[in-house]
Amino acid sequence: MVGMAAPQVAPVETPGTDEMPVADRAWVTIVWDDPVNLMSYVTWVFQKLFGYSRDKAEKLMLDVHHKGKAVVSSGARERMEHDASQLHAYGLWATVDKA
Amino acid sequence: MFRRHGTHCVATFAADEVRVLRKVASEVVGLLSEGFDHEDPVVERLFPDIYPEDPHNSAEFRRYTEGDLKTSKIDQAGAILAVLPGDGGGEVRLDGEEAEAWLRALNDARLAMGVRLEIKADTDLGEELDDAVLRDPTSSRVFQLSVYAYLGYLQESLLNALVQAR
Repeated sequence: MVGMAAPQVAPVETPGTDEMPVADRAWVTIVWDDPVNLMSYVTWVFQKLFGYSRDKAEKLMLDVHHKGKAVVSSGARERMEHDASQLHAYGLWATVDKA
Repeated sequence: MFRRHGTHCVATFAADEVRVLRKVASEVVGLLSEGFDHEDPVVERLFPDIYPEDPHNSAEFRRYTEGDLKTSKIDQAGAILAVLPGDGGGEVRLDGEEAEAWLRALNDARLAMGVRLEIKADTDLGEELDDAVLRDPTSSRVFQLSVYAYLGYLQESLLNALVQAR
C-alpha cells in the first residue's frame, strides 16, 4: 500500500468476534498487501464494510502493510466468502482460508 | 481535486482531466465487457482467486459470483462517465453514494494501470517518471505514469472530502 495523507473518519464501534462460538469462527478472510491501494482507502474500506473503529481499521491496515497480510474477519465459511467478495468489489486482494 | 461542499464532494476539472477520466473509465468498462479475458493479469488482480490453493473451489465460487462482481465494477466505472462534464471541462458534484462509486472506480482504474505499469511495493513513482522522461519524454509510459499518479491524488482528495466531518 502507499500512503498519502491521513483521512478523518468518525469511529463506529460494533460487537467484535469474541463472543462468537468457536465453531462459527472456523474460517477467516485474509487481506493481502498490494503496491497500489492507498493506505487511507484500505482503512476506510475496513471501517465501511466491517463497522470497525478507526483505530482497529488502521491497525489492520498497518498489519497488512507491514506483515504482508492480515485476518480481517472470522466466522462461518459462507460469511467469509461474502466478505471476500465485498472486498473484491472495493479492489482489495482478499482470500478465504481455514482458521 | 475534490473538496467538501455541504453534503457533496465537489471538483472542477479542466478539459484534459475530463479526457483522461473518460479514457480510463472507458478502458475499465472495455476490459470488463468485450475485452474480458481470465488470462489477463489485470483481470486476475481485479478478480482474485478466493482459495489460492484450491482451484476447484475457487472456480466454483467464481461461477456464482463473477457476474455480479463484473456488473458492479462496470456500474461504478459508469458512475464516473455519467457525471463527467463535457469536453471543455467543468464542475462535478457527488453525493455520498456517487462519491463511494467513484472511489471504487478510481481504485479499479489504478489497479489496472498499476499492473500494466508493473508498479511494485518499492516503486518510487517520482523516480520512475524521471527515468521515463529521460529515456523519451513523449513515450506512452510517461503519459501513463503521470495519469496513474494523478488518479492517486484524485482518489485521496475524494476520500478526504467524503469523510470530512461537517
